[in-house]
Amino acid sequence: MTDASPLVKATGVDVSLGGRTILDRVHLSVARGQIVTLIGPNGAGKTTLVRVMLGLLKPDAGRVERMRGITIGYMPQKLQVPENLPLTVQRFLKLACDREDAACEQVIEELGIAHLLRRPMQNLSGGEHQRVLLARALLREPDLLVLDEPVQGVDVTGQSELYALIGRIRDTYDCGVLMISHDLHLVMATTDDVLCLNGHVCCSGHPESVSRHPAYLELFGSKVADNLAVYTHHHDHAHDIHGNIIEKQEHDHG
Amino acid sequence: MDDFLVRALAAGIGVALVAAPLGVFVVWRRMAYFGDTLAHSALLGVALGFLLGISLNIAVMSVSLLMALMLLALQNRKQLATDTLLGILAHSALSVGLVVMAFQQDVRVDLMGYLFGDILAVTISDLLWVWGGGVVVLMVLGLIWQQLLAITVHEELAQVEGVPVLRTRLLFMLMIAMVIAVSMKIVGVLLITSMMIIPAATARRFSSTPEQMAFVAALIGIVAVGLGLAGSWFQDTPAGPSIVVSAALLFLVVQLLPSRR
Repeated sequence: MTDASPLVKATGVDVSLGGRTILDRVHLSVARGQIVTLIGPNGAGKTTLVRVMLGLLKPDAGRVERMRGITIGYMPQKLQVPENLPLTVQRFLKLACDREDAACEQVIEELGIAHLLRRPMQNLSGGEHQRVLLARALLREPDLLVLDEPVQGVDVTGQSELYALIGRIRDTYDCGVLMISHDLHLVMATTDDVLCLNGHVCCSGHPESVSRHPAYLELFGSKVADNLAVYTHHHDHAHDIHGNIIEKQEHDHG
Repeated sequence: MDDFLVRALAAGIGVALVAAPLGVFVVWRRMAYFGDTLAHSALLGVALGFLLGISLNIAVMSVSLLMALMLLALQNRKQLATDTLLGILAHSALSVGLVVMAFQQDVRVDLMGYLFGDILAVTISDLLWVWGGGVVVLMVLGLIWQQLLAITVHEELAQVEGVPVLRTRLLFMLMIAMVIAVSMKIVGVLLITSMMIIPAATARRFSSTPEQMAFVAALIGIVAVGLGLAGSWFQDTPAGPSIVVSAALLFLVVQLLPSRR
């Protein structure tokens, strides 16, 4: 069922912002019917890569090819409607497609947001907010769905439900999905391919193989190690160059 | 009623009608200070208009638009925060305008009139500018309303969905420049942004859709114009500031109303 030619394909993409290299020769492609998940620590360039794939950011080097004439549904990481802008969920959805037909009804039904339509956008819980955003992306009947941390602010049960829903969406709409996630274990069941990013592609492949890949273990293993190292304790002594303990001088001033 | 009062009322209502729907976007997009900067630079436009002997409205619009473009360019360099840039541009433009005016000693300019407006001295040609410019602005705004709303909610999402973001933003700036140019004579460059912001902010509590907020803001603006002119007529207060005071009082009163929720 997977098309031979990818919906979107990045080849050797380099991005640096303010002198810092964010992406280093990254390759990525998403085909119809395929779910690709980007994982990686904070600041790994996941969102930057997504913005490059969407054409929102021009890479310094490399190429991004999008299949001609495809529709993209996008779910940004952060969307906060201005507090003083009166906007109901229904009106928000209408910004994406100004029609009311069976397809719209179906999306609203599928995401279980019918009861939210008249609510102001500012009055939604984390889970409701994410489902409304997903609905807006789906209303465009996308060939490619790009989701930047779709489960943020959603409780754990909600998270696995949302991932399961994304899996079903891929089947119903036969679209490609590119998403960012923090938790490999939760997306494992849903995703076809995982790309572990930390400036460059650390490792990629099927989720099971990635979770055992040394680069993945090193990246996320070392993160855990970092967490332990963050434990701060104030030394009451210091070491001299030979390793002998010397008393701190500041006590004298106390 | 005297002729000049009728003209003042017609001009004021024209300004209120066109300032309100733009004003709601200024409020939503947090561009109050941006509007202020363009308005301040209008005085430079007036000075250059006199210097070059061209239509003041055209001169003001050009200078405002130039300021907007300059700000866009500076913003993209990201070295200074936007509010700093706005502060630099606003006050430099205002001061350069005053200096340029001082050099033209053969031209006697009613500075107070440009700073605070002179609605009671509105001529038929001013009226034509206000209403003609207003109709053009409202028509363009109607055409791009949906797109402007989309980029106000989320610019990148709108871009992915195919909204021409840059064009929409430029048109919005152009419209603000135009409103400033045509309403400068009415409320003055120092007060024009208040006609955009105060009615819009007042309308928020009565609105549950974006369009409703624009509509209610226009009504509130018209009421403020009426009250301000009445004050000016009966108490001989300065007309432009009286209109703004009325708008501010309406805003205050609305804030004091008990909340519906």
